[in-house]
Amino acid sequence: MLPHLDAAHNLARWLMRDPASAEDVLQEAMLRALTYFPSFRGVNPRGWLLQIVRNTAYASMNLNRGVELVSLTSAPDEGNDVIAQLPSGDDDPETTLIKTRERDRVRQMIAALPIELRETLVLRELEELSYKEIAEVTRMPIGTVMSRLWRARRLLAQAARRDEAA
Amino acid sequence: MSTMPDCDKVLLVQAELDGELGAAEAAALAAHCAECPICETAAAELMQARALMRDGLYQPAPEDVRQRVMASLSAARPQQAQSAHAAAPRFSQWWRGWWSNGASFGLGAACAAALAFLLLTPALPPGLTDQVVASHVRALQPGHLEDVASEDRHTVKPWFDGRLDFAPPVKDLVAERFPLIGGRLDYLDGRPVAALVYQRDKHVINLFVWPGAGDTPPQTAERQGYNLMHWSQGGMSFWAVSDVEAAQLKEFAADWRKTP
Repeated sequence: MLPHLDAAHNLARWLMRDPASAEDVLQEAMLRALTYFPSFRGVNPRGWLLQIVRNTAYASMNLNRGVELVSLTSAPDEGNDVIAQLPSGDDDPETTLIKTRERDRVRQMIAALPIELRETLVLRELEELSYKEIAEVTRMPIGTVMSRLWRARRLLAQAARRDEAA
Repeated sequence: MSTMPDCDKVLLVQAELDGELGAAEAAALAAHCAECPICETAAAELMQARALMRDGLYQPAPEDVRQRVMASLSAARPQQAQSAHAAAPRFSQWWRGWWSNGASFGLGAACAAALAFLLLTPALPPGLTDQVVASHVRALQPGHLEDVASEDRHTVKPWFDGRLDFAPPVKDLVAERFPLIGGRLDYLDGRPVAALVYQRDKHVINLFVWPGAGDTPPQTAERQGYNLMHWSQGGMSFWAVSDVEAAQLKEFAADWRKTP
């Protein structure tokens, strides 16, 4: 079981645009974590690692400014599909296909959110961090975490409604 | 689209859905929501957004990525070992009993331990940790601690018969200065669980037990001034929570695990 590595990868993958740059960020973040571990004094190693991943991702995006333009219609990449298309075992192929398509659409909607909303949403819904933990990872006041989360969810719900109407 | 909610309670509605509100705040909010159409709409919208993210979106590290990361970390170890060395004393406390020194011998033990700490420590599910603490606190309210009050495990164990769909192990730890004082039913992780109540001096230790796979060594956590330990053993999942010192709770877990 390597759950911290999974958490680190999940965040890196949602912050970065493609699997390759997510892996670069992950590598860099894990090395930093190893180097700085002696100065770690907290009780929440996962939150600490996620903070490092986030800092590394932001640093990488600044370095590559211009390359990281957000595309609203960006197609899901292969790395995603491998997981998304694993059959769940008890569904017939058609149901599985519909579920996969829905998931891809939701994934695109989330990917289209501004990064500060996206990271808050991912930390809450996928990493299941508390508001306080998100505030620590993102170094934002809890009030900001709450309003970002609210905006992210509202945009997501609106995108889903537009998607249904289309 | 406006970026601020139209009713100043909307963020509280969200906090309630995220399990961030205490009972009193939640009750006050429920009264407000019954009369506020804005909050009602907001709650529906928030639930819709949450439903969209219910499953299939988590992106764990694929096996090839994992292997490349591990390889590069291993390669970095010799250089890092020096800087990681300072962590050794503090680390050994965390690590006692569940990191095999053999594995790291010769590679810079502290560094290997740091790696293992980052990579191998199974994360305590944050939601569950909070639930366990909440149950502990609730149990400490007058009259809530035990449904069956007895120091005799042969009384406590049969009491659970027919009340749970499993038979929790009940152990007597008097010799280790953790007398059993009773048991009760509780509800955690979406299922009924056994709660065994032990005591150390004036402190109460709640031990929650329910069926769980695997055999995992004790992990520690701290919430709101309470210490927690979690481990799995013999097909059961255990959560101990108390206001005793972390060292004593570790002792409790160790005694429990070695007592037949």
